[in-house]
Amino acid sequence: MISGFANPHRFMSFSRWAAPTLALIAAALLALGLWLGLSAPPDYQQGETVRIMFVHVPAAWTAMLAYLCLGGASFASLVFRHAVADAAASAAAPLGAAFTAAALITGSLWGKPMWGTWWAWGDSRLVSVLVLFLLFVGYIALRASIEDEGKAARAAEILALVGLINLPVIKFSVDWWNTLHQGESIFRAGGPLIAPVYLIPLMLTGAGYSAAFAALWLTRTRMEVRRRRSLGLALRAAR
Amino acid sequence: MSGLGVLLRRELSLTWGAGGGPLLSVGFLIAATVLFPLSLGSAAQILGAVAAGLVWVLLALASLLSLERLFARDFEDGALDIIALGPLPLEASCAVKCLAAWLTNGAPLALASPLAAVALGEPVGAVPLIVLTAALGSLAFVFVGGIGAALSLVSRGGALLQTLIVLPLLIPPVIFGAAAVFAWTHGLAWTPGLALLAAYALAAIGLGPIAMAGACRNALG
Repeated sequence: MISGFANPHRFMSFSRWAAPTLALIAAALLALGLWLGLSAPPDYQQGETVRIMFVHVPAAWTAMLAYLCLGGASFASLVFRHAVADAAASAAAPLGAAFTAAALITGSLWGKPMWGTWWAWGDSRLVSVLVLFLLFVGYIALRASIEDEGKAARAAEILALVGLINLPVIKFSVDWWNTLHQGESIFRAGGPLIAPVYLIPLMLTGAGYSAAFAALWLTRTRMEVRRRRSLGLALRAAR
Repeated sequence: MSGLGVLLRRELSLTWGAGGGPLLSVGFLIAATVLFPLSLGSAAQILGAVAAGLVWVLLALASLLSLERLFARDFEDGALDIIALGPLPLEASCAVKCLAAWLTNGAPLALASPLAAVALGEPVGAVPLIVLTAALGSLAFVFVGGIGAALSLVSRGGALLQTLIVLPLLIPPVIFGAAAVFAWTHGLAWTPGLALLAAYALAAIGLGPIAMAGACRNALG
């Protein structure tokens, strides 16, 4: 299926209906998940602020999913010379940066009432997401700073793959660092067990965020394919 | 093999010959060390508690600053073209360039870093461990940082962009190295940090040149 989309026409005719369908699914899942999440009883410890979880945790999941998509698309483009993959990689990066930024902002909004501070270096997940944000920003900056589009694509692909290999190592090192410099014990937000009344809306918004990401990704890739087409047409007309 | 030897000698003599080489980065390390007491205050308990961490920040910054010299000069004057066209695999040439950069830059920094650490209040007994971790750390820095240096060859971003894309990748060696020294000073187990740092450095030596060669080919092609 993926190799079939190396033909941009096939990709465009698939995404023409797939993108709006995914957007509808995302809207339905998010509406249901948020409705269930907002109507759930307040947590016995965290009170009403527990509802931030339904917008914060899926954002962090989707940000990681976005980096996996970026790395996968870069790999397909670098190794198999997949024609649409590079457009897809360049389309995924700003989305990933936006989802990481959303996770960081909602995380610090959650941290203020729960921990009494906007930012806690003691929480290794916050630090990992911040590093993920830096990886996305670096990718976008490198791509934007190279004039030749072909060279920019190649350099960005190599950087994305280096980042993909490093990401688990960075995650591990930050977790390990956190156990060494043991933070205060208050910095355990949820605990491993979540009651079903919270778990179901969380799963729904998680799936909704993923569907929203997929819809936005397909739409942005379509825009990128169109931009390249019009660029090619303009070049041909100028000749 | 003799080709690699010639390349190594060329790199070493260029770095030693042009503008001081190792003295520059050691000078940077010492000059930047002066800033910490002046900005954090001279209280020994503050400086001593963070001495090992500060030295690792300086080591990372000094390594980052020296990255620009790794490929950019050879790219501008065409030497990189000749190296790429030559009989040696570009991956091996990149590895030799990084090794030369480490010999002239990372190793002197590793030897000088205990000076900064002890001046900031680290106990003298930690010196062997600081030299060892700094040597491994700077090895990792140059083999990971070289990827950023090669990737930014054709970009207009310059040193700032290079720092932005390399810095997140340097987080694991900084954590492992600083943690090993921190653990030693506090009487905790320091070998895990050292082992993880060595593993990271070895992985960087093995995988970094492949990415560097790919980036160089892209810049030249």
